[in-house]
Amino acid sequence: MGIVSRGFFGRRREGDAELPPGQYLTHDFPVLSAGPTPRIGLDRWEFTIDTETGETHRWSWADLMKLPSETPTVDLHCVTKWSKLGTDWQGVSLDVLFEDVETSAEYALAYSYGGYTTNLPLEDLLDGKAWITYKFDGEDLTPPHGGPARLLVPHLYLWKSAKWVRGIRLMNEDWPGFWETAGYHNYGDPWREQRYQGD
Amino acid sequence: MRRLPWRAAKLTGIRQETATARTLVFTIPGWPGHLAGQHVDVRLTAPDGYSTERSYSVAAPERGDRVELTVELVEDGEVSPYLLEVLEVGDEVEIRGPVGGWFVWRPERATPVLLVGGGSGVVPLMAMIRARRAAGSSAPFRLIYSVREPDQRFYLDELADPQPGLDITYIFTRKTPDGWDRAPGRITAADLDGVSPGTDSYVCGPTGFVEAAADHLIALGHAPDRIRTERFGPTGG
Repeated sequence: MGIVSRGFFGRRREGDAELPPGQYLTHDFPVLSAGPTPRIGLDRWEFTIDTETGETHRWSWADLMKLPSETPTVDLHCVTKWSKLGTDWQGVSLDVLFEDVETSAEYALAYSYGGYTTNLPLEDLLDGKAWITYKFDGEDLTPPHGGPARLLVPHLYLWKSAKWVRGIRLMNEDWPGFWETAGYHNYGDPWREQRYQGD
Repeated sequence: MRRLPWRAAKLTGIRQETATARTLVFTIPGWPGHLAGQHVDVRLTAPDGYSTERSYSVAAPERGDRVELTVELVEDGEVSPYLLEVLEVGDEVEIRGPVGGWFVWRPERATPVLLVGGGSGVVPLMAMIRARRAAGSSAPFRLIYSVREPDQRFYLDELADPQPGLDITYIFTRKTPDGWDRAPGRITAADLDGVSPGTDSYVCGPTGFVEAAADHLIALGHAPDRIRTERFGPTGG
């Protein structure tokens, strides 16, 4: 237990038991990003998966819309301490996109319009754990929240759910992304409170 | 890589900034230092072991074991009312950091800088202004600081003291001082015009403010990769 701060009693909120350590509940949907919000027209939007052997799989917006979608309801945990529970999304499971991808790579780097990157083990993108989402709460995903399409990997801190996602590069070696090179944890499991390097 | 440790932080000074904000000066033995623009995590623990954490931007550059935070009251918040109304000189909290290696200004960089702050988003920008002065930097700085009303400005006396190479413009969104020549209103492209696109821009404030300011800068020809942003929602605190 840490140092007790005189006169602090705190406010236990309903549902706190479900939250990862150090998180608090919010009902807003705060926006955090490191630069301006890119605007990407759907006519020139594309999503690619590049394998470690140089093979490229490519989807246009129309291609993405033709794929079967899912409607996951998930909890979001931001490294800046807020958590938002029971959020409703619609998107395509990465399992669908990886169906015809042959790879033995262990690592993935998600990259975005605007230049953002974030890394994660490939296995964290598969088996129903991640989606390319394009609707939030039944509405088209707005640009400040990552629209037209955003990677959603809800079991990791939200910075891993790359906004404005443009592709995933598969690699034999791990390659730290934007926040991962700026002092944040390489993996980012909220339940183990992996916020910063060394946590 | 060693984990960033929680350190005991004793409150050693208080400056009231506005009716709803104050600067807290902590002394933290063993503090490793920080860059202007970085933030820290503050942890409060209750006698029964319950604890909660929040992040705050540092308001002043590195100076030994001193860390200054400016905290604004969040209505219905859990932590900011404690920091503003309960915490007294001599009390202790825990702090770890510094955190964040992107929204920072380094004194060795001579490139002109544009700082655009909305409300308490001015805090990390003030750390940059103070770091510039402390380092004797001659990098041209321009601060555009948007608040609802004149009495909501932080650091008013310090910013009223002229510094060579620092240009300050206030924007009032709801009520202006008497005789002010700009009508009250949100930030527009005209407020940001005339800044060279070769400038490094730092924009900090609530989401709507940051979105608007960054969009105006891009429309005025600034490169997206020269605009660094930090946003916060009306949440938590």
